[in-house]
Amino acid sequence: MRKNLNVIAAYSIMMVLILMVGIFQSWNIALSIFNLCLISAVMTMGANIQWGYAGLINFGIMGYTALGGLAAVLISVDPVQEAWRAGGFDILMSLWLIVVMVLVIRFVLKRFEKSKIRTYSIAAIIISGILLIRFSSEPGIEAIEAVDPAKTGFLGGFGLPIIFSWIVGALFAGGLAFIVGKVALGLRADYLAIATLLISEIVIAIIKHEDWLTRGVKNVIGLKRPAPYEVDLQTTDWFIKLVEKFNAGKLSVIENLADRQAALNQLVIEGSSVFVKLCYSGLFLVVVIILLILTQKALYSPWGRMMRAIRDNEEAANAMGKNVVKQHLLIFILGSAIVGIAGAMLVTQDGLFTPGSYRPMRYTFLIWVMVIVGGSGNNFGAILGGFVVWFLWIEAAPISLFLINFFTAGIPETNALKAHLIESVPYFRFLLMGLGLLFIMRYRPKGILPEKIEIK
Amino acid sequence: MDFVNAIILLLNYIFIPALTYGSQLALGAIFVTLIYGILRFANFATGDMMSFGTMATILFTWYFQSLGVSLGVLPTALLAIPFGIIFMILYMLLIDKFVFKYYRHQKSPPVQFAMVSIGVMFVTQAVVRIIIGPSDRRFFDGEKFIIKAREFKEMTGLNEGLALKSTQVITIFVTIVLVSLLFWFLNRTKTGKSMKAYSDNEDLALLSGIDPKKIVLVTWVIAGILATIGGALYGLDKSFKPFTYFNNMLPIFAAAIVGGIGNPFGAFLGGYVIAFSEILLTYAYKKFFMYILPESMEPNSLVQLLSTDYKFAVSFSILVIVLIYRPSGIFKGKVL
Repeated sequence: MRKNLNVIAAYSIMMVLILMVGIFQSWNIALSIFNLCLISAVMTMGANIQWGYAGLINFGIMGYTALGGLAAVLISVDPVQEAWRAGGFDILMSLWLIVVMVLVIRFVLKRFEKSKIRTYSIAAIIISGILLIRFSSEPGIEAIEAVDPAKTGFLGGFGLPIIFSWIVGALFAGGLAFIVGKVALGLRADYLAIATLLISEIVIAIIKHEDWLTRGVKNVIGLKRPAPYEVDLQTTDWFIKLVEKFNAGKLSVIENLADRQAALNQLVIEGSSVFVKLCYSGLFLVVVIILLILTQKALYSPWGRMMRAIRDNEEAANAMGKNVVKQHLLIFILGSAIVGIAGAMLVTQDGLFTPGSYRPMRYTFLIWVMVIVGGSGNNFGAILGGFVVWFLWIEAAPISLFLINFFTAGIPETNALKAHLIESVPYFRFLLMGLGLLFIMRYRPKGILPEKIEIK
Repeated sequence: MDFVNAIILLLNYIFIPALTYGSQLALGAIFVTLIYGILRFANFATGDMMSFGTMATILFTWYFQSLGVSLGVLPTALLAIPFGIIFMILYMLLIDKFVFKYYRHQKSPPVQFAMVSIGVMFVTQAVVRIIIGPSDRRFFDGEKFIIKAREFKEMTGLNEGLALKSTQVITIFVTIVLVSLLFWFLNRTKTGKSMKAYSDNEDLALLSGIDPKKIVLVTWVIAGILATIGGALYGLDKSFKPFTYFNNMLPIFAAAIVGGIGNPFGAFLGGYVIAFSEILLTYAYKKFFMYILPESMEPNSLVQLLSTDYKFAVSFSILVIVLIYRPSGIFKGKVL
């Protein structure tokens, strides 16, 4: 108990902060912050596995998040029959061509010895394959995108419950991580960072512009939900009774029957959105707890010890017979898969998929700030980082507005400088994040909750 | 005649734009490469530092415009650039003093430097947005075109027009002058040579009495000049928007690595490699083939290898391929 005191204290403070938002702002805001904190926590756990356990730097978090989101779309949206009839065959043909291309390359790689000719012929196969696929798939893609472009214009998905996409998102992200890892993991740390960052940009470019698959920047809206809809709740008897029971004290003060009914209606509308958010919180909390248990078990298992050994001294671990390359690839896949789950969760909560909103600032660098601030190598630290940083990210604007008003209290409202500062309040969050990161790196380089390895 | 038309078409839509864009990338890439070679880290704040320099230039441009000072046909910004450079250098030295210096003395690994530079990136982004706002700004004034497409057609009687913007000429001219000066400095002066020595082998350089403080100072000064001029030229040619500058960091990194990171000349050429491949691969060649092929063989489709949406993806793919097969870059930079 004693040695975990700082963990408990840090988490209690965080919870109190969120409760304070609930009391002073509104429960709706508090819960949406809490939900996104949970999603951020999943992302940081993924990044923490790669960076904290194995020392691998992955600046491609954005790409895996987007792939998770794509999984949510492909799983939950109903298939667009007409689009399949129009161009499904061409798309399947192209997929088949890709498979053939990969097999041919594998065959060349296996059959012939490494030489210049082999490299050039593989390049030639890839280029001609891409050209062939591009020209053969064009009519199909055009046909699909022409099917009712205002509403669909894409192939749709499988029409399954969206919750399955959390697993499929992990598979997608893991699959991409396998390819990226095979290609890039041999690079030195800062090159790996740049390479993963650029690869994630390529992934986003593809998701944005392959409209037949993702609708691109036209966005997919109105995804199915695992939680009830507010509108349905507002007309459900048990829910209205529940709200009445909860607010019995408040309602009984109102004498007038009509007024009381109006007040109850208002409470039901507010309560319904809180209730929906609570459902999401429950689901997300389950994911976070499962992942936390698994990652903690992994950290203290022989495998976790091996990963730390590889991280701290790659050559020694290699000399001890540990397969460094294989383990690096494995952990790269695992971490990315967890990020993929978070991506699917995010789209599930929002109910929409907007490829244009994936930007490296928000989905890569912010997550890294979370990992560094929270404490890399420590799962509790990573989760805490997700909470603290997301909380500040959202609350930075009100806080800085308050501070500006406080320090410029004597200056009249019409002062140009003050007006300008108040106008640019949204950008103070960047300043806060940057300064926070710099201070933590300078004065507490191991994060708020540093890595602590107990030998059990 | 058709052949001349085809050449003019390529000049107008591929060669000149790519040369301009490449020059802008090249300046940024040399900036990245110098920081990497001498201070030994990948600077993720590159794009935002460039936007800071451009912001300072814009503010001075506005000031001069309000005073009524102008350069006639040339943009006022050219007059403001030196002042922008001073501000940029001061900002960089300030950051170096409060942030990077500590880690340099600690001899931190490059990864830690990269993380710190992300902190700097956040802060710089905030500073730029708080001072000038996130919106799109144009600060070009003076004569816009040197040759207008219509005038060119009338002059030569060709079907294809050749438009030459003054910003394009300024960009290419300034880049050539600046880069020649830089290479003269690096290869011919004592300070430049000591910088090279420091980059090659730090310990040996220190032993032979090179002052590291001076090297770091000179590096930031050169970096400030490159960042401000590169950013201002890009802003003059297109427009200034903090978010675009942040995004430009990626092709700039690509250029620096393709050219061999740590090698300024490689970075210079890398900028053009990236710019030309981006534009060559995403240009629709239909009109070009219409000119050079007989009528019976004219293509029906656009003859475009990749849609323009994949412009960025092209340069990143080149980078990834280079990283995998030739990690030291096309022109041998630091070996990994």
